[in-house]
Amino acid sequence: MKKILKSDGFQSLIASLICVILGLLIGYIVLLIINPSGAWEGIMAVIKNFFFYPSGPARMKYFGSTLVKTAPLVMCSLSILFAYKVGLFNIGVAGQYCAGVGASIYFALAFHLPWYVCVLGAMVAGALLGGISGLLKAYCNVNEVISGIMLNWICLYTVNGLLSKVKEPTSPYTYNIAIKSRKSLLPSFGLDKLFGNNKYVTIAIPLAIILAIVVMVVLDKTKVGYELKATGLNKNAAKYAGIKEKKNIIMTLVLAGGLAGLGASFFYLTGIEQWMCTSSSVPSMGFNGIASAFLGALNPIGTLISSFFIQHITNGGGYVDKTMYCSQISDLISSIIIYLCGFVLFFKTVMKRMGGAKK
Amino acid sequence: MAEYAIEMLNITKVFPGIIANDDITLTLKRGEIHALLGENGAGKSTLMSVLFGLYQPEKGVIKKDGVEVKINDPNDANDLGIGMVHQHFKLVECFTVLDNIIMGAEPADKMGFLHKAEARKKITELSERYGLGVDLDAKIEDITVGMQQRTEILKMLYRDNEILIFDEPTAVLTPQEIDELMQIMKNLSAEGKSILFISHKLNEIMAVSDRCTVLRKGKYIGTVNTSETTVEKLSAMMVGRDVNFHVEKDDKEAGDVVLDVEGISVASKTSKKMAVNDVSFKVHAGEIVCIAGIDGNGQTELVYGITGLEPLKHGKVILNGEDITKAPIRKRSAAGMAHIPEDRHKHGLVLDYPLDYNMVLQRYFEPEFTNKAGFLKKKNIRSYAEGLIEKFDVRSGQGGATIARSMSGGNQQKAIAAREMDRDTNLLVAVQPTRGLDVGAIEFIHKNLIAQRDEGKAVLLVSLELDEVMDVPDRILVMYEGEIVGEFDPKKVTQEELGLYMSGAKRDEVKS
Repeated sequence: MKKILKSDGFQSLIASLICVILGLLIGYIVLLIINPSGAWEGIMAVIKNFFFYPSGPARMKYFGSTLVKTAPLVMCSLSILFAYKVGLFNIGVAGQYCAGVGASIYFALAFHLPWYVCVLGAMVAGALLGGISGLLKAYCNVNEVISGIMLNWICLYTVNGLLSKVKEPTSPYTYNIAIKSRKSLLPSFGLDKLFGNNKYVTIAIPLAIILAIVVMVVLDKTKVGYELKATGLNKNAAKYAGIKEKKNIIMTLVLAGGLAGLGASFFYLTGIEQWMCTSSSVPSMGFNGIASAFLGALNPIGTLISSFFIQHITNGGGYVDKTMYCSQISDLISSIIIYLCGFVLFFKTVMKRMGGAKK
Repeated sequence: MAEYAIEMLNITKVFPGIIANDDITLTLKRGEIHALLGENGAGKSTLMSVLFGLYQPEKGVIKKDGVEVKINDPNDANDLGIGMVHQHFKLVECFTVLDNIIMGAEPADKMGFLHKAEARKKITELSERYGLGVDLDAKIEDITVGMQQRTEILKMLYRDNEILIFDEPTAVLTPQEIDELMQIMKNLSAEGKSILFISHKLNEIMAVSDRCTVLRKGKYIGTVNTSETTVEKLSAMMVGRDVNFHVEKDDKEAGDVVLDVEGISVASKTSKKMAVNDVSFKVHAGEIVCIAGIDGNGQTELVYGITGLEPLKHGKVILNGEDITKAPIRKRSAAGMAHIPEDRHKHGLVLDYPLDYNMVLQRYFEPEFTNKAGFLKKKNIRSYAEGLIEKFDVRSGQGGATIARSMSGGNQQKAIAAREMDRDTNLLVAVQPTRGLDVGAIEFIHKNLIAQRDEGKAVLLVSLELDEVMDVPDRILVMYEGEIVGEFDPKKVTQEELGLYMSGAKRDEVKS
C-alpha cells in the first residue's frame, strides 16, 4: 500500500484529480457569484455533458461529438509531450496545427485530393513548420518558445490568406468539404453506426489512440527514444556519447509538428467545422494541448484521458442554461478548469514534499 | 558558554535502500577546524546537509551553543549562523561577484532601493581581514574556480555566519589555490569562526585541521586529534583496512603506436590565443602517458580536440593508423577510443537516467542492447549494468535502477570509469579519473588503469595530482600554456623538477 502511495504514477493521478476538482469548484463559485439560483444546475450540466440527453442513442451521438473533438486535442498534447520529453517546449504547436488546417483544407477544396493525401499534406505542413523552429534552435540557438510563438502568427495569417481562395463568396468560411469534395473526408468504416449515426465519427479517433501508443513505445522502448531523451536531459552527454544532438533537436520538432498537423486533419477532414478566414487568433486547440499534456501527467495514455476530459467539459459548457447566464459562461468555466490543469506539476511537488516530511 | 558551537547527537538518516547516516555523533568546538573524513558514499555530505537543513533526520538532536535547535531549511541554518560552500558552487554566472555575495541578503531600504556601497564597504573589509582578495566587479563566468570559491566564502562571511561548512573544497582547486585556501581557513579559525570541512585528502586534513571525525559506510568510526594521528592510521580508519599508497606496477615494453597526435591546435573559448598550440605526441600500446600541468593550461581543450568534442584548427589525429581528424565522435569511439571525461556531470552522465542506461551510454546501439527493429533490450542492459556495478563496486541504493543524480559523486565517477574501461577499445583517454575520489577508490582506479595497460591498451592520462603523475604513468608530458614543454621518465624526475616545468619556469624543446 505504501509503495502505491509513493509511486510516481499514483501521485500524478492524484495531482491531476485535485486539479480537476479545484477547477470545478472555482467554476461553481463563479456561477454562484453571477447567479446563485442556477449555479448547481449549471455546474452539473458541465459535468454531465452528453448525459444531458435522456435517450441512449442521443447520448451516444453526443458522446461521439466529444470524441471527434478529442482526437485533434490528443494529437496536440502528444506533440507537446513528445517535445517536452526531449527537453523542448513546443509552444509552436498551435501554429503547426494551423499549418495542418491550411494544408488539409486547401488540398481538399482546391485539388479535391483523396483523404489520405490531405492527411499526409497536413502532417508534412506541420512538420515543416516544426522543422523551422528546430533549425533555428539547433544552428542559431534561437529559443524554440520565441520562434514558435512568432511562427504561430505568421502561420495563422498565411493560412487565412491561402484559404480565402477556397472560401464561400458570401461568408468568411471555407467551403463545406462534405459538399465540395466528399472523397477528402475521413472514412468512418462503420464507426458512425456505433455512435447514433454521428457522421463526424471517423477513423481519426482510433488513429489518435494508436498514435498515442506509438509515441509511448518509441519514447520508452526504442533506441531512438533513448537518444532523444538523452539529448533532452543532457545535451553535452549526448554529444559525448556520439549522438548527433543537433539532428535530434530538429527531428524532434519535425515529428512534434507532424503530430500537430495530423491533429488538424483529424478535425477538419471530418467536415464538422469550416475554417473562418478572418480568424484573428491562433486555434486554441494547440494551447489546450499544453494543458492536456500536463493534466495527463506527460504520459501518452494519460493524455488520452485528459484530452477527453477537457473536451467533455468544454462541450458540457454548452448546456449551461443561457437564460440565466451570458453565452460566454461556458467558455469561461471550461477555461478556468483547463487553466487549473496546468497546476498538476505544482501539486505533485507539494505532495512529494509532504510525503518526504512525514517519512 | 557551552564548549561546543555545534553538537549533532545520534543522527540517523535513511534513504530508500540505504542508511546514509546511522547513529552519528559529531561535535564542533568553537574556533576549531574539524575535518569530516570518509570514503565516497560514507554519508559525509548527507550529514552536512542535515546540519544545513536540506534533509530532516529520522532520529537525533542538533544543538547550537548547548541549546537544542530545529533546522527545517537553509534559511533556519542561516539564522543560526551556519553557512555552507557546496561542492558545486551556487553562483549566478552572469552576475558580478558583488551581486552574488549580496544575493538573498540585499542591503535595500524601505522603498526597495539597493545600497550597494554599504555592502561593498563591508565586503572589502571582510576580504582584507581574511586575505580573500577578489575583484568584486568581475563576472563569475570570467573568474577562476578558486576565485569563485572565495566568492562563496565571502557570501557566508557577509551573512555573519559563525559556523562554516566546506563540502570537499579542494576537489576543484589547483595546488597553489589549495595552499591559499588552507591559509584562509586558518585565518578564519583564528578569528573565532568554527569550520567543518569534508575531505578525503589526508594530507590536507593533517595540515589544517585540529580534529577529525571518520565515517565509514554511514557509521561513526571515531574522532581523533589530528596532532596525535598519522596519515596511515586515518586511512585505515576510513577504509577499514591498510591502504597501499604506492602503485604497484611492473615494467612493460611499449608496443605499436596507437594514438598519433601531429601538430594539433585548438582555439580558445575565452581569448584569441590558441588554447592548444601545435602539440605533437604519440601513445603506444601498453603504455600510460600522462599529461601533467596546472589546471587551465590547455589540457581540457587538448582532450576535446582528440575526442572530437571540439574541432581542430590545425593538425592531425591518427588512431590505429586511421586518420580521425574530422571523424564524428561515434566513429572515433568505434575506431577504438574510450574516454573518461573531465566533467562527469556535463559529459559523463545523463544524471536523470537510471544507472543502467548510463552504463550503456556509449554502447546502447550495439546488437547486444538494441535489436534490429530498434527496440532496446532492457533485460540485457540491466544485467550488463549489474555486472559492472558488481565488478567495480559501484554503490547505489537500487542497483541499476538508481537514478544517477541520487548517487554520490565518487560512485558516479566509478560508474563512468567502469563503463569506459569495460569497453573493447585500445585507447583509453582518462581525464582526472580520480577527481573527488577517496584513497580506497583511487587505489582501485589506479590498479585498473595499470591493468588496462597490461592488457595492451594505450592510456592517455590527464592529471592535476602530482602523486598520480609520479606514480601511475610510464611517461610524463608537461603542458604549459597550450604547449608541451617537457617529457620525463617518472622514475628519473623529482616533483620539484616537474613543478618548475608546470609553472613555466623551465622548458625543453620536445620532439614527438
